[in-house]
Amino acid sequence: MPVNEVRSLSTNPLKSSQPLGAAYAFLGIEGAMPLLHGSQGCTAFALVLFVRHFKETIPIQTTAMNEVSTVLGGADHLEEAILNIRTRANPQLIGICTTALVETRGEDFAADVASIINRRAETLGDCRVVLAETPDFRGSIEEGWSAAVTSMIEALSQPSTRRDPERIVILAPSHFTVGDIETLRQTVEAFGLVPVILPDISSSLDGTIPDRWIPSTYGGTSVADIESLGAACHCIAIGEHMRRPAKALSRKTGLAYTLLPTLTGLAAADRLITLLARLSGRPVPASIRRRRSQLQDAMLDGHFHFGGRRIAIAAEPDLLYQMASFFAEMGAEVPVAIASTPDSPILEAVPAEVTVGDLGDLEERAMGADLLVSHAHGRQASERLGIPLFRVGFPIFDRLGAQHRRSALYEGTRDLIFEVANTLIATDHHPVPPESLDPLRNREMFHDSRPSPEPRRH
Amino acid sequence: MSLKARIANAFDEPACPTNREKSETARKKGCSKPLTPGAAAGGCAFDGAKIVLQPVTDVAHLIHGPLACEGNSWDNRHAASSGSDLWRKSFTTDLTELDIVMGNGEKKLFKAIRTIIERHDPPAVFVYSTCVTALIGDDIAAVCKRAGERFGRPVVPVDAPGFVGSKNLGNRLAGQTLLDHVIGTIEPDDVTPYDVNILGEYNLVGEFWFVKPLLEELGIRLRAVIPGDARYRDIAAAHRAKANMMVCSSALINLARGMQERWGIPYFEGSFYGIADTSAAIRGICGLLVEQGAPAALLDRADALIAREEAIAWRRVAPLKPRLVGKRVLLNTGGVKSWSMVDALQEAGMEVIRTSIKKSTEEDKARALAALKNEKHLFDRLAPREIYRMLVEGEADIMLSGSRTQFIALKAKTPWLDVNQERHHPYAGYEGFVELLKRIDLAVNSPVFPALRTPAPWDEAGELMAQPDIPDEVAHSFRKFARGVLEDADDC
Repeated sequence: MPVNEVRSLSTNPLKSSQPLGAAYAFLGIEGAMPLLHGSQGCTAFALVLFVRHFKETIPIQTTAMNEVSTVLGGADHLEEAILNIRTRANPQLIGICTTALVETRGEDFAADVASIINRRAETLGDCRVVLAETPDFRGSIEEGWSAAVTSMIEALSQPSTRRDPERIVILAPSHFTVGDIETLRQTVEAFGLVPVILPDISSSLDGTIPDRWIPSTYGGTSVADIESLGAACHCIAIGEHMRRPAKALSRKTGLAYTLLPTLTGLAAADRLITLLARLSGRPVPASIRRRRSQLQDAMLDGHFHFGGRRIAIAAEPDLLYQMASFFAEMGAEVPVAIASTPDSPILEAVPAEVTVGDLGDLEERAMGADLLVSHAHGRQASERLGIPLFRVGFPIFDRLGAQHRRSALYEGTRDLIFEVANTLIATDHHPVPPESLDPLRNREMFHDSRPSPEPRRH
Repeated sequence: MSLKARIANAFDEPACPTNREKSETARKKGCSKPLTPGAAAGGCAFDGAKIVLQPVTDVAHLIHGPLACEGNSWDNRHAASSGSDLWRKSFTTDLTELDIVMGNGEKKLFKAIRTIIERHDPPAVFVYSTCVTALIGDDIAAVCKRAGERFGRPVVPVDAPGFVGSKNLGNRLAGQTLLDHVIGTIEPDDVTPYDVNILGEYNLVGEFWFVKPLLEELGIRLRAVIPGDARYRDIAAAHRAKANMMVCSSALINLARGMQERWGIPYFEGSFYGIADTSAAIRGICGLLVEQGAPAALLDRADALIAREEAIAWRRVAPLKPRLVGKRVLLNTGGVKSWSMVDALQEAGMEVIRTSIKKSTEEDKARALAALKNEKHLFDRLAPREIYRMLVEGEADIMLSGSRTQFIALKAKTPWLDVNQERHHPYAGYEGFVELLKRIDLAVNSPVFPALRTPAPWDEAGELMAQPDIPDEVAHSFRKFARGVLEDADDC
């Protein structure tokens, strides 16, 4: 059971907010505009964090709640915002994410949104509006992401009379990068299957240069694809936080799902490949078998650098599980495992003693570890402790290319092994002989008076 | 004073020229423009207050609210500290649903203050309210007062919840907080006729350290730089300075005016961007000090120092100038930089084709106009699409702006340089000006832009557009393999 002490102070937060997680999921939808229902600062902070991570223009809007509208109720602001976005950006989907401000006041958002959609049907046209209730005072990125995907499925997906035996729905977790999703897509396609990935940030946040100025997302899962999810033959949900949307999809369309908690590591990747082979009825393609062999070799070369290493990890629950399992499977120890939020059942499965806490806890407990694993905010702990930081998750604002780094499937795990091992090698200490063994010590007593070199100290 | 009264106060700023020109009723309304839901951008009042106060280095900054306010925004600026790094640590009460429903906010806040003091022993704690804690009615002023008495040190309430207004209002509420709770609470015993404060200087990437040694060489004592690299006790004793220089005008104008009213400290507005402005600022500081009774010889020393430093700076600029002369700059920053940057860039021979005057005061606008001669060169707000068009069509060689608009330039394959809060290079003072020009040179003459603008050798369908540039021998073997005769393989 994760330890969750009652505390009054969070020092150096590990969490990002729940509405940010929901907005992130909406950014994986084609032609979408996330709309944070709160004061303009809620959006500005999220926007800046996204921009620093992706180094891209990020479409995201605010209902600009002020003191008066908070007291009187925010339905008018919500309606005005929806209509303004509709006229200015002409998106295919507006994804509303509520914040702590409006949730503290407490309104019947679902009824408000339904009535706005009803009254303004003509203006809205084919622009769909989806509501995710995501107050900041609960949860973190994973919960927000999961809530947004669930709400899209509940609002848009329709039961289908036919099932396409080649279509597979994949519910991707919040910690999958553009690189992970691209790898996953190629893997599924190698079996002759057609993956519908939700959300799909691989074509909306992959950093390209379009030849004109586009104010909303371009690329991502299309609204039509979300509507027809029920026509697939199976759903694969990755990460415990995708269980909720997978269940919602199954409830709405009867589509069966398989939940894989992680795709990192040899055994985890094997599980997915086995599943794909079963679903497609085809043998595992040679290219994938080759990748598996490459991973095996990477594990052989890498294990020398992992064995006995002490790793301190702080992350969102599913990412924590993924990373802790990875390190355990490579022979490292995980003496410190900090989770951002307490509620996920996956925390029971993490192969380490889990504490719910913040980066202040990581810094306090990580003394003596060989490596810190967290997002970029872990840098302060890393600086003060003198322990290298391996950046995972969100946000990573002080390194380039975060969206193209991979950790999923055979090739992702292979990359991860090399990256971690290289970080450890780069900070390896050179052996220093104890002073009594220093052959150069006091040499001048017997020979000339040259000063002896200082012993190396680290 | 209630929050409402303080907001009205912050808006009714007698030193603000825009405000002076308004009618009585217009003044009462305040100057916050109503935001348009679904079409707004920019930070909230809490953001503004935190920007102003957080660089105070040895204070613990505690944000009382749910996670997003602090969790999504901490450690995001590059102000530099010569001492404590406590300001970079993030403290928040991280209110949960249960705290809000059960009304535990105030108790949790008190405990959080205690925990911080036990663990970090800071000279003071700044407590920031947020929308949610304002809405549920947590009395942070009362909690701070009680905690202050209990723990024997200042616990300062910063009451600027996000939903009361814009970033700018938050800046001013922060200035007001310093006036109400901090400045004047400590009596210094080392006052000299050469004591000054610099207001609105953030010491981003340590840039003020390019200026500080020069002032010190003249014998000028910096009582407090607010907020850049400031210590709590320096700010608390700032009321004994003889003069104030205000760097970022709209942000802390009420602080400068308040200090003038309360303690009779005269102020002037200046900038450390560019050679001429830096010299003017140094002269301004010395001039005010002499007016206040410092020996007049200070002015002569200042002139000598300025002459020396300008000569050094121009010598260092000389080799850069040929690479920059005639380059056309789109300046998209606003505020005080609408004119201070223009002056600086023109000094180096560049041409500013347009400058943004958003967030600029009437005085800023007048100065920008004076520098650029023609109103056509000023713009209030340009749509991203319009900026993109200008850059794609090559109307400017480089855009200087904040990170918010950087991708408009980059996606238009145009050089861009960050000149706002999030930047990574110091540009203040003589030294900083040379650095700025070096950075512009590196950006505007970077080899990546010509490479990026070279079109791919194929059309939209992927068909090669012209005969590719392939050496004869390669073309020869292509032809051979195309025939696919096995015995030809021996040749290669």
